[in-house]
Amino acid sequence: MKNIWIVATNTFREAVRDRVLYNLVFFALLMMGAAIVVGQISIGIEQTVIVSLGLAAISVIGLFIAVFIGVGLVSKEMDKRTLYALLAKPLKRWEFLLGKYAGLVMTLAVNTAAMAVGLYAALWTVKQPLVESDAYVFVAVYLILLKLALIVALAMLFSCFTTPFLAILFTGGMYVAGVFAYDLRTIQGINLSATIVKLVRGISYLLPNFQNFNVTGAVAHGRGVPGSLVWHVTVYTVVYCAVVLAGASAVFARRNLK
Amino acid sequence: MKGAAIEIENLSKEYPYGFLNLRKKMSLENLSMQVESGEVFGFLGPNGAGKSTTIKLLMRLIFPTSGTARILGKSIEDVSTHQRIGYLPEQPYFYDYLTAGELLDYFARFHRLTANDRCVRVQRILRKVGLETAKKMQLRKYSKGMLQRVGMAQAILHEPEVVVLDEPMSGLDPLGRREVRDIILELKREGRTVLFSTHILSDAEMLCDRVGVIVGGKLRGVGTPGEMVGIQTQGMEILFEVQGAAKRFPLLDRATRTGERYRAQVSESELYGALDELRGAGARILSVAQIKPTLEDFFMHLVEADRAQASAVEVTGK
Repeated sequence: MKNIWIVATNTFREAVRDRVLYNLVFFALLMMGAAIVVGQISIGIEQTVIVSLGLAAISVIGLFIAVFIGVGLVSKEMDKRTLYALLAKPLKRWEFLLGKYAGLVMTLAVNTAAMAVGLYAALWTVKQPLVESDAYVFVAVYLILLKLALIVALAMLFSCFTTPFLAILFTGGMYVAGVFAYDLRTIQGINLSATIVKLVRGISYLLPNFQNFNVTGAVAHGRGVPGSLVWHVTVYTVVYCAVVLAGASAVFARRNLK
Repeated sequence: MKGAAIEIENLSKEYPYGFLNLRKKMSLENLSMQVESGEVFGFLGPNGAGKSTTIKLLMRLIFPTSGTARILGKSIEDVSTHQRIGYLPEQPYFYDYLTAGELLDYFARFHRLTANDRCVRVQRILRKVGLETAKKMQLRKYSKGMLQRVGMAQAILHEPEVVVLDEPMSGLDPLGRREVRDIILELKREGRTVLFSTHILSDAEMLCDRVGVIVGGKLRGVGTPGEMVGIQTQGMEILFEVQGAAKRFPLLDRATRTGERYRAQVSESELYGALDELRGAGARILSVAQIKPTLEDFFMHLVEADRAQASAVEVTGK
């Protein structure tokens, strides 16, 4: 565990020094602009607009970081050969992999938390005071963070056995397919044979079901999020990430470095 | 000697290439050798001979197609042995967002050193490799030679029993090379085992207890530099001066002129006759020395033989 922590803290330091957190400036400007505009043109739907826009921005910015930096976590180290000296230390390859993963998830957590603060600030600007139901925005942010953690795991898995470009494509493809996983499970095609329907349904259960992570609609309208859903998604993410990272570790453990 | 620090048995490595990786290129073929504890072992070979492949196999950066190896009595698969091994990669590159001090501290943490111990060691090692004044500069601003020094520092920071250096003199100026040579000699004095690859033969002759020569993925010989080149002389070299406009004589025609001096090579049996000839011509004999083959001669002989064999195979199609 100690080795994982050492790699994770260095990965976090790398993200900070490579100015990954500069995206927060963009988010802050977006929220400030939205608060000013919404305050002038919306009547009664300020909360819906600000929350929807804020959560969408948190999700999209996080997605970019998770996919592009997630893919680079391992491939960049292999390309630049910074990994050579590191793996000569008493560090197992799976410890390195989990450390890199934990470091980026830490970065995303700090980034997402900072954006959540910005979102609450914008919300407070357009509707004072904040009420109890606004706390559900925090739940939506938490579920976005879980989604990002899962995407980072997928990005790392793909980057362990293919080129960065293909890894980005695969990760993006998995995300899009995962967003429609529920639709695939309930597919009812008029012209589709029973075999194809069964195959599609089978595949849909292997895909990460990202629909469960999206509670933006409910939260934007001030509705609550069931605790059971939060619990279910948390366990689902932990199990799915564990399986994906175990696969990535198995691939990386036998990977020849150039 | 206290037994083998590094034991390699029939280590081979094939690389797939071509369409669907269907073709295989043998990079290392049945390498077997030992590096004794406490010795400085030079691994010599031209570019692409298999030196770095062997070292990467030892450090588990790549995996063998067949064969085994042990370091300090433990299989190379046991990563815990890395506590006792230091490694300098070829043309090292490190996290360029860190300073040298931060990088060394980061690596030292894997060796379970306390914060205080890490701080003391990092200061000491930076002084040793001549980077004390640049320790707060980010590595992205370092020259190639400076990165090589950082690489050397991280390899010996934790005082390992076995130090594996892949082309440690590469990219260094004469001063830097001298410093690395001094570090290797100091490691030897401290009783550590050093395996280093190089194609700078003078360094190997100067530093190594034994050398192994690898060409075309095959080990061609292991021994002390003296054993490798043989002990018989290749002839005698006479250095002499000719006063004024001396008359011509046969040895003068065979000699090479450097400034006012002449250098002539003769066989051992011709030596006394040549000296008489010089005395008769009034020449001043400055020195007479044996000509011994150098490690470079031996090395070049092996490389040329390997190329000749490769050409023969190509011509016959076998």
